[in-house]
Amino acid sequence: CGLLRHRQAGGAAAGGAYWVDSQQKRYVPVKGDHVIGIVTAKAGDVFKLDVGGSEQASLSYLAFEGATKRNRPNVQVGDLIYGQFLVANKDMEPEMVCIDSSGRSSGMGIIGQDGFLFKVSLGLVRKLLAPKCEIIQELSQLYPFELVLGMNGRIWVKAKTVQQTLIIVNILEACEYMTAEQRKQALARLSGN
Amino acid sequence: MKATPLSNCERRFLLRAIEERKRLGGRQCYDYRNVRISFGADYGCCIVELGKTRVLAQVSCELVPPKPNRPTEGILFFNLELSPMAAPGFEPGRQSELLVKLNRLIERCLRNSKCIDTESLCVVAGEKVWQIRLDLHLLNHDGNIIDAASIAGIVALCHFRRPDVSVQGEEVTVYTPEERDPVPLSIHHMPICVSFAFFQQGTYLLVDPSEREECVMDGLLVIAMNKHREICTIQSSGGIMLVQDQVLRCSKITAVKVAEITELIQKALENDQKVRKEGGKFGFAESIPNQKITAFKMESAAVDTNNVEEQAEEIITKADPPSEAFAKPILHTPGTAQIGEGIENSWGDLEESEREEAAEEEGESEAAAFECREMETEDTSTMRETKKDEPIVLSDSEEEEVVILEPQELPKKTRTQTNSKQENTSKKAFNKRRKKKRAAR
Repeated sequence: CGLLRHRQAGGAAAGGAYWVDSQQKRYVPVKGDHVIGIVTAKAGDVFKLDVGGSEQASLSYLAFEGATKRNRPNVQVGDLIYGQFLVANKDMEPEMVCIDSSGRSSGMGIIGQDGFLFKVSLGLVRKLLAPKCEIIQELSQLYPFELVLGMNGRIWVKAKTVQQTLIIVNILEACEYMTAEQRKQALARLSGN
Repeated sequence: MKATPLSNCERRFLLRAIEERKRLGGRQCYDYRNVRISFGADYGCCIVELGKTRVLAQVSCELVPPKPNRPTEGILFFNLELSPMAAPGFEPGRQSELLVKLNRLIERCLRNSKCIDTESLCVVAGEKVWQIRLDLHLLNHDGNIIDAASIAGIVALCHFRRPDVSVQGEEVTVYTPEERDPVPLSIHHMPICVSFAFFQQGTYLLVDPSEREECVMDGLLVIAMNKHREICTIQSSGGIMLVQDQVLRCSKITAVKVAEITELIQKALENDQKVRKEGGKFGFAESIPNQKITAFKMESAAVDTNNVEEQAEEIITKADPPSEAFAKPILHTPGTAQIGEGIENSWGDLEESEREEAAEEEGESEAAAFECREMETEDTSTMRETKKDEPIVLSDSEEEEVVILEPQELPKKTRTQTNSKQENTSKKAFNKRRKKKRAAR
């Protein structure tokens, strides 16, 4: 499902083409993108993360704020990491780091133990990342919650109770297909309860 | 492709939620997801959606010689395929354990229960019988494949019509659908599988587990039953110990669920029959609803790209003049002087943000994306108080600066051209405006 597009046969392009523009779900690593990765293996000095791309990304244990050879970060297999790509091209394995260029973590690193991770389309995450996103503002009036958005389509949410977390997860997933009107109605119903 | 691993965070959350009797979609412990049945244009083709899990079933028939040890019975052939589009972990042509298990379950459920009368499939004893072939394709995996597959299978078999046949002595005539109406298969009863997932060594029980719940479950119990409360197949996997009254409780729940689902199937079959008789439109084009993706339409601002040049001029004139250059050179050694403090290398930043723009394919709001980029640059270099003084000191014409950068932009632009035409001109205006704004600060 998506928009059907058409390109006329131009001078350089060979023949016209029809294609369907749809919400993209498959992520391609891009340098500088902040993503949520799942640790799959610890291989010596390097962690292997699954970021939803074709290759697993590597993350050095020194790429955390305040990490030294003696002071290693406490990362287990199955943990969630929020980091950015240092190297991401089609020829090499992608590399991630959890610090920025000045050596500070600026919000990156291991994500806490509670909360819930789920996957949405890439377009929805970009919409949520826009400044002054209505959806997030309306949701924050409902309950307080913590939110981490990864450009690879993964979102981590944590609220006070399991029920609240589930509600937020369901609303975010439904925002894909709801119009602003429907969303406002749904939230009004929830805050009325 | 490898399947996405399950993170500890998800596992913990799901188990906690189950302990509090909460499920992901807001269901109760014994609730099924929405079952939707839609038929295709051919007889014997249907798609069953159980929540987001989708199975396509297709029945076909062929006249073949029978098996030597059963000369008066037709042949049934069942095949379930896990399409790679269903989940990232499925690969084509690989016999995984899951596939074998599912195939065996379907076979036992439909063949051993003798729901289809195979004697009626015989045309000429010992020479010609009908071979009925049921192909099931998994289109999307969101948990509980077996239930969806069993519903799809039995619905397709009920929906299917085989060509009519008449035998005169040795002559066998197969009539085409135009000559004589095709004949439905003779089906005695409809066995339907119901799955139960167990957690915490059998303490908690869920009906119709979703994909996430299946990842954390301890064991699975599948009961195939028909509406007459006859158990056709029962299978327990995962190695958990089940107490007798748990199994009995599950069978009672199964009876209720099967009754509901059978009623739904009957209604769906009747509806389809009615539509076909009245000559209305039938088939997938009618029954599969289209979900509008609102992210596309919502924030697309109409960008007027006609007078981009003039707008750029405006912005330049409105922008503040560059800050006063530090004109105090510091003499380190004879021959080495320093003007200003210099800033960190921003080339990396430029490339990043350019590439991010090239990677964007959606029709987002121009303003939103613009501000996004602004935020990016602000985040990554909070120390950038001193702007690009040096280039500005050298030339006070900002036009020139843009011209220098443009040749770099061009190769990127041709790449994005193939991706999204309508963003092309507006992106150029973007970059111009952005660089000017940055320089103007």
